[in-house]
Amino acid sequence: MLMTTLIAGLVLGGSYALLAMGLTIQYGIARTMNLAYGETIIASAFAAYLLYNNLGISPILGLVIIAPAGFVFGWLVYGILMRPLVARSENTATLEINSILATFGLLFVIQGVMLVIFGGNYISYNYLNFGVEIIGVRVAANRLLALGLALTIGGGLYLLLTRTRWGTTLRAVAVNPAAAPLVGIDANRAARFAFALGGALASSGGVVVSMYQTFTASSGVIFTMKALIVVIMGGVGNLAGALFAGLILGLSETFVAAYISPGLTIAAVYIIFLVILLCRPAGLFGKVQK
Amino acid sequence: MTTITRRHALRYLGASAILLAAAAPIAATADDRTSVKIGYAVSKTGGNAGGVGITTLPNYELWVKDVNDAGGLELPDGTRLPIEVIEYDDRSSAEEVVRSVERLATQDEVDFILPPWGTGFNLAVAPLFDRYGYPQLAVSAVTDKAPEFVKRWDKSYWLLGGGHDYADALAKVLSKASSDGTINSKVAMISVADGFGIDLVTAARPAMENAGIEVVYDVTYPAGTTDFTSVINEAAASGADSFVAFSYPPETFALTQQAQVANFNPKVLYLGVGTAFPVYGKNNGANAEGIMSLGGIDYNNPENMAYRARHEEVTGKAPDLWGSVITYSSLQMLQEAIKRRGLDRDAVSDELSNGTFQTAAGEITLEDNQLRTLWLTGQWQDGKFVAVAPTDRDGATVPILPKSAWQAQ
Repeated sequence: MLMTTLIAGLVLGGSYALLAMGLTIQYGIARTMNLAYGETIIASAFAAYLLYNNLGISPILGLVIIAPAGFVFGWLVYGILMRPLVARSENTATLEINSILATFGLLFVIQGVMLVIFGGNYISYNYLNFGVEIIGVRVAANRLLALGLALTIGGGLYLLLTRTRWGTTLRAVAVNPAAAPLVGIDANRAARFAFALGGALASSGGVVVSMYQTFTASSGVIFTMKALIVVIMGGVGNLAGALFAGLILGLSETFVAAYISPGLTIAAVYIIFLVILLCRPAGLFGKVQK
Repeated sequence: MTTITRRHALRYLGASAILLAAAAPIAATADDRTSVKIGYAVSKTGGNAGGVGITTLPNYELWVKDVNDAGGLELPDGTRLPIEVIEYDDRSSAEEVVRSVERLATQDEVDFILPPWGTGFNLAVAPLFDRYGYPQLAVSAVTDKAPEFVKRWDKSYWLLGGGHDYADALAKVLSKASSDGTINSKVAMISVADGFGIDLVTAARPAMENAGIEVVYDVTYPAGTTDFTSVINEAAASGADSFVAFSYPPETFALTQQAQVANFNPKVLYLGVGTAFPVYGKNNGANAEGIMSLGGIDYNNPENMAYRARHEEVTGKAPDLWGSVITYSSLQMLQEAIKRRGLDRDAVSDELSNGTFQTAAGEITLEDNQLRTLWLTGQWQDGKFVAVAPTDRDGATVPILPKSAWQAQ
């Protein structure tokens, strides 16, 4: 029982982490609060569904097409929509507010386009929906894939960010966008790259989620909310933080569901969220700004 | 020389658009009546869009097309007037649906208003329908309080039954199977902590007790839950042969998938809204076999089958196997009542209460403004979601129990 709950929690948490990583990069490095993040996830889920249902392309292969598409989309959105805002914002606080307003609009544009194309119906399909035994516990293969991807992407990007020159550049922009150019960093280019990377991560998350979760054209907001909780809990811009926060959420939801009551899962999530924010206002792995 | 800048051009364009718009209503009212205005506010976006997109909106569109293709709504003197539709999106917000209905009644001054989707939304607008004197043919609303509502709002009609109807029917199916020795007399029950789930589970608890079925597991979960691993494990460990979930579509789909993953094979599997969607049968194929839910249809009813074929042809998708046919039938009732009594809303309401109508769902006569001949339990059998209860109604199929085990995909 304990083992089952533990593994189920880790697997659930993996998908939360996977969904939140793109947002933490966009928010932490590019300094833009992307409210249309969930819509990117849903758009990718639709793309995966179309590829699988109409062309018979498996979602895993679809990932190879959709993730780069998400990157290009993020690249374009930053160039067209965000760049002018960054240029005219005097400080990060105004940029945050401006980006929230702009992406709030973008949210409705993407959602509207999806509603026109797909209508408001529930979409779901079955892929990799069989049990896999792990230490005697049956787990759905598609959810296991989500956990695997979250660990690989999260771990890989963490290493890239901390161990490579390229990663150092991105972190420099995250820490101090004004001072980064002084050491020869093109802050704008780095931010644009980070935003696009976030788009690619959101798309990967969308493809994986579409394998086991029912979605509609208007369910993006739910994903943005969940991702936002994970991001803030883990510390803005911190990949390891997002991974840990995601797993903590997953574990607490399954443990509460198993040992207390499934009705209290949401309450438990917000209590943990509150406690963490009270003890560590900058999130689990966040550094307090001086 | 005058240079026309873009700004000027836009200004003229704007001005002429306003003038044209102002002129249009004058042209319309100058004439005699040229159309019947029918308005509705439904959730085209937001959380309810999924339900609206399958049970409500396609039927409204199909009906308007059917009527207008036939030359319009027929009036008592034999003339026909085309329907003019005024549609609003309530964005799944209860405040918005109230505002839109008020607007339809006071500003657009439509002749009839079609109801929104959802129990809560129908209750939210019921006082408005009543105040402005519009008949409200509420279909997508499952409520046990219908008799009370009819007293309060005498032009309200409740066509999809109440939680007790569905819960009693289910309890009877279980009790019969239990006394036949097919299943034991224990049930594990979960429900979504929201309107539909609360209504159904509240009715199900006493219904199960009266039918001699012991509820050994009974929990609620918040709407939007995606992981049911713990719930399924607990239900499997409870020793119940029957698993009942009063769930919304996303959770219905998730439960179906996760029960297969966990190899959880209850002898009776009864799931909530979404099971009666055609896509459910399509997605789950052989694994849908034996799964039960609310609703169901009689596949031998020619009117219903003709309606289903036309729905698929016009809207491009099959209607669901529970509320859709009732939605369309309610519109046929409205159409027939207008044909008999004209556009006077009081007369039409009177006709709806007392008349007998031929519809896609068969012959309908309302009892105390409620539709009481309904299919309450359905089961997937051989790729069809057939009606199995009430068992004494013509066209009922015998349920196949126990449900066969999951097949590997």
